[in-house]
Amino acid sequence: MSRITREEVANLARLARLELPDSELDEYAKQLEIILESVAKVGEVTTKDVKPMSHATGLVNIFRKDIAKESLSRDEILRSAPASEDDRFRVPRILDEE
Amino acid sequence: MSDLTKLSANELSAELTKGSVSAVEVTKAHLDRINSLDKTVQSFLHVDDEGALKQAQLVDVSRKEKKKVSSLAGVPLALKDVLTQKGIPTTCGSKILEGWIPPYDSTVVTKLKNTGIIILGKTNMDEFAMGSSTENSAYFSTKNPWDLTKIPGGSSGGSSAAVSAFFAPLAIGTDTGGSIRQPAAVTGIVGAKPSYGGVSRFGLVAFASSLDQAGPFARTVLDCAMLHEVMAGHDPLDSTSINQSVPEVVKAAQLQDVKGMKIGIIKELGGQGWQSGVLNRFNEAVELLTSLGAQVKEISIPHSLYALATYYLIAPSEASSNLARFDGMRYGLRVDDGNLSAEEVMNKTRQKGFGKEVKRRIMIGTYALSSGYYDAYYAQAQKVRALIAQDLNNAFKDVDVLISPTSPTTAWGLGERVNDPMAMYLADLATLPPSLAGIPAMSVPIGLADEDKLPVGLQIVAPFMNDDRMYRVAGAVEAALKTKWNGLLIEQIPNLVGVK
Repeated sequence: MSRITREEVANLARLARLELPDSELDEYAKQLEIILESVAKVGEVTTKDVKPMSHATGLVNIFRKDIAKESLSRDEILRSAPASEDDRFRVPRILDEE
Repeated sequence: MSDLTKLSANELSAELTKGSVSAVEVTKAHLDRINSLDKTVQSFLHVDDEGALKQAQLVDVSRKEKKKVSSLAGVPLALKDVLTQKGIPTTCGSKILEGWIPPYDSTVVTKLKNTGIIILGKTNMDEFAMGSSTENSAYFSTKNPWDLTKIPGGSSGGSSAAVSAFFAPLAIGTDTGGSIRQPAAVTGIVGAKPSYGGVSRFGLVAFASSLDQAGPFARTVLDCAMLHEVMAGHDPLDSTSINQSVPEVVKAAQLQDVKGMKIGIIKELGGQGWQSGVLNRFNEAVELLTSLGAQVKEISIPHSLYALATYYLIAPSEASSNLARFDGMRYGLRVDDGNLSAEEVMNKTRQKGFGKEVKRRIMIGTYALSSGYYDAYYAQAQKVRALIAQDLNNAFKDVDVLISPTSPTTAWGLGERVNDPMAMYLADLATLPPSLAGIPAMSVPIGLADEDKLPVGLQIVAPFMNDDRMYRVAGAVEAALKTKWNGLLIEQIPNLVGVK
């Protein structure tokens, strides 16, 4: 079990889109290390030839009939949007201006 | 009419059907109690006085016009704030969803509305259902009505507190790793996690999709079963919904007979590290079941010892993926000064909008799913999960149900475990194995611990889609203890300050 460093926490936060302040990195490093050390216990189990279980029902590829029906109200959805314009979500700049 | 808030859903239903009381009167009585006492307990995030009374009026009109209505029409309920209700704020206990008004009803809410059940409001919870104490709510901590210095359990602690404080006879919670059963146990009420797929997840804001399941809380086993039947059933809007008839849990709850049933005690769940008062009450429950004619024996579920490690890999992994949708673009919080890129807005919004436990779990999940660690952590956990399920299913070849204490301890003090995530996770030790296997499990009160006079719960676990079996055992235990105590355990709860 490797130690969790500040740098690793910063990298995880970056991957998870969390802008963690430097001041919180040490606390998370300590906590994540304790948690990861504990969950690493799964490695003690012999699982040769065991099929991984992703959920309990055994259901696969459930489809329902594709029937056209009224969708949700656009106005109601946009009412809860952080910003909207011309009946659309307004989002921040995605591409850098050239 | 005696205090309406003291009646069970079944008793209220009888009075409403007879016409001796109106839905408006019942609803008002509960709203009055909430408005005068919830300042102390803090179980609700949002109380919908106006909507509830309007619903109640409609129920009364339907009854007056002799329209066909469900017997539960007019009975009030508290709804965990993780299920959408059209037009009513849904926060999941998180700042990232503050102010979001869902434009649609979850299937559970649709079923409640069709039954005429009155939704009083939305209850507090650990943020995105991650926690065992409700202290991870971004808004406030809910108090345990048995002792206001203690936690009400979690993550559905607002719902368990509301029912045990007599704010509502019924409540809905969700259970991913124990979030209905543990709060029910520590507040002295009944709570059930149905078979995975038994209740629709449509409109349930996802935490860990392969584990999340909504279920009922009530003060009696029969009430719990009645709400279970209202909520359950196949839903084409949820692709993991089971297309089978709902187990007959109400009938089973009324049997009150366990003669000849084979009951297995999960050997690994108990012993060292478990509170002695919890184990004492559990051992008495075992004796009780034996005296009622059940055949009780110990059964080993060897891989249950790995349930905690397995769960705290699988649930955070699924959470890290599910919670990616909170990006500040379409709903909820957005942190933006107008000059930031979309990615910077996401990073800042998620940092500000999520609490510490949510961030911890997102990072654990991100770690477990990342390329170098996937096989050793996530894939291995899925395999151990299969072995846990196999152990449990094998046990059911030998016994009808399995039992254990619901949680290793009674309610602990507010603040005691907030900075120690592992200590918090230990509260789920007994509730995790059935969750991972997707099988039904419930908690029923079995007394107060000697040390602290706080409630202890008995967990009853049944095979997949045999939810009725656990209600049969719970109903028998409740009936026998009711005779012994001359009433329900919840009737021993101290009066809340300010009770009229």
